[in-house]
Amino acid sequence: MEHWAPASTTSAADIGPRPPSAAARLARDPKVVCAGGFILILIILAIGAPFIAPQDPLAQNLLLANVPPAGFSGAEAGYFLGTDGLGRDVLSRVIFGTRVSLTVAFVAAGLACLIGSLLGLFAGFFGGLVDALISRLVEIWMAFPPVLLSILLVAVLGTGLHSVIIAIVVIDWTRFCRVVRTETMGQAQMDYVTAARSIGFGRPAILFREIFPNVVPVLIALLTLEMGIAVVVEAILSFVGLSVSSDTPTWGGMIAEGRQIVHEAWWVLAAPLAALFATVVAFNQLGDGLARSLDPVLRR
Amino acid sequence: MLLAIVLNRMAMALVTLAGVAVVVFVLLRVVPGDPVSMMISPGATPADIAALKAHYGLDAPLLTQFGIWVKGIVTGDFGTSITLHRSVTEILADRLPATLELAALALVVAVALGGGVAVAGTLMSRTPGEAVIDGLNSIMLAVPDFIWAMALVLLFVVAIPVLPLTGRIDPVLAVGFRTNFYLTESILTGRFAVAGNILSHMVMPTVALALPLAAVITRLLKQSLKEAMVQDYVLLARIKGFRELRLVLQEALRNAVGPTLALTGVQFTFLIGGTVIVERIFSYPGIGNLAIDAVVNRDFPLIQGLVLLFGLIFILINIGVDLTVATLNPRLRHA
Repeated sequence: MEHWAPASTTSAADIGPRPPSAAARLARDPKVVCAGGFILILIILAIGAPFIAPQDPLAQNLLLANVPPAGFSGAEAGYFLGTDGLGRDVLSRVIFGTRVSLTVAFVAAGLACLIGSLLGLFAGFFGGLVDALISRLVEIWMAFPPVLLSILLVAVLGTGLHSVIIAIVVIDWTRFCRVVRTETMGQAQMDYVTAARSIGFGRPAILFREIFPNVVPVLIALLTLEMGIAVVVEAILSFVGLSVSSDTPTWGGMIAEGRQIVHEAWWVLAAPLAALFATVVAFNQLGDGLARSLDPVLRR
Repeated sequence: MLLAIVLNRMAMALVTLAGVAVVVFVLLRVVPGDPVSMMISPGATPADIAALKAHYGLDAPLLTQFGIWVKGIVTGDFGTSITLHRSVTEILADRLPATLELAALALVVAVALGGGVAVAGTLMSRTPGEAVIDGLNSIMLAVPDFIWAMALVLLFVVAIPVLPLTGRIDPVLAVGFRTNFYLTESILTGRFAVAGNILSHMVMPTVALALPLAAVITRLLKQSLKEAMVQDYVLLARIKGFRELRLVLQEALRNAVGPTLALTGVQFTFLIGGTVIVERIFSYPGIGNLAIDAVVNRDFPLIQGLVLLFGLIFILINIGVDLTVATLNPRLRHA
């Protein structure tokens, strides 16, 4: 197994022709480019929603309720994806819905990554009692059905974006913990760790300056995959009515409304579902591509 | 020794379950919002509230409450549901069969579909067909049961309205059952029209639960098959003139199925966890749907019972997987 040291510390001249950098490899992968491009568009939509959305996402117009999307009979100009049961513009609500989805994706997945990786690093590096305790905790956590645990948490914490984020962090840190623990255990056996130890590096220095940088590639790929999962969990919580208040458009909330009126206005369900689908697939393909080009084992 | 593995796993399982019990018990009680505050009417006096709390034993010290609960569990008594006014054990026994039938059917569909596609992909090795399968599969791997469920609703309720949206069985047909294993019982007693009705209700939840698992099975099994197909014994069989399909099914599959089996077991626990939301979407009367109601109503005894039940199911599946893998792999058997 070959492990690359961080690029900045590798002297290209010593090891012959320099392999293409990770960034260059990524730019050549069409999957990564498409998925990354899609997520970039989502970020732009989320930030610029008030300027991009054609209508006010909260403006109700009961005279224009359940208007079908453009191209279907009965469509109205200005409502490209139709309107929902309260006459609100579906397209604008989907655009504004990216805000909650992306906030959850970045904040919740990021925090879960932080907590899970720290515990995983400790468990993998120190072993013994620390490892036994953390591993047992992970196993207890995994015995809960994730969706049930998240609903339970939000029910006790109260609804709202904060609770949703906390719930996702509480559920999903185990994923990072397990992977980072295994990876750290492998890295801790490597010669460079022995070398660092023999020249008198302290344990914190070995863990964070030597081992951690080598765990980062796996972590980045996992984080991207986790973002996709977080978006779905938020949608599920919105669907059950436990996410942000109904004043804020969310994809999950729209899906729940659409599910109720699916016989009268299928587009209220179809539009946010398509957005959710594309987002999850994009995060997943990006994570896959990152894993392939950053992970020295998968790269071969 | 197989027995040693079983005993060891059982002991670990008990520790894990005890941990689950403590976590759910503490979680429910350290946070604001108890069941009494959910059921009192606005005019209730503090004395009324205190009386209700005493009635449900919620006024006792936490440790005492925990002791009473654990003592009950050991004797098979999970307490009384606050909202349904029935024994939690009874409610769970009523609802569990619906979920077990759904999960079992979904597992069968996932294995058949995932295995079938993996074999087909292996037969189409290095053709455009394989590329299509790989491409679709990499997308399928990303899509969770929740999205499949909603897509199926759009397809089979709106576009081609052929399937019932909610429930487990047509209410008029839900008579004369001795057990709550409706599907199994109706097939065993030869009531095939009833079985058909139940199956039509189960198609969408089953497929939604099965597709993510099928995608995982396809990826891993196809990978293992690919590795097995270049082994010497397959080459030998090929030289003997065996047909390609027979090579895959008789020679490669037997040796490639191990890792997939282990992973399928682990993923099956995710499928069971997925029943919570999928049952909700289709108003399917299993323990998953029940769990959401219990949580929303702060029905402490019911939530505790459900979480322990889910934990127990997960652990049993894991033990089952370990045993199967150990039985199939002679090297592990003596480890």
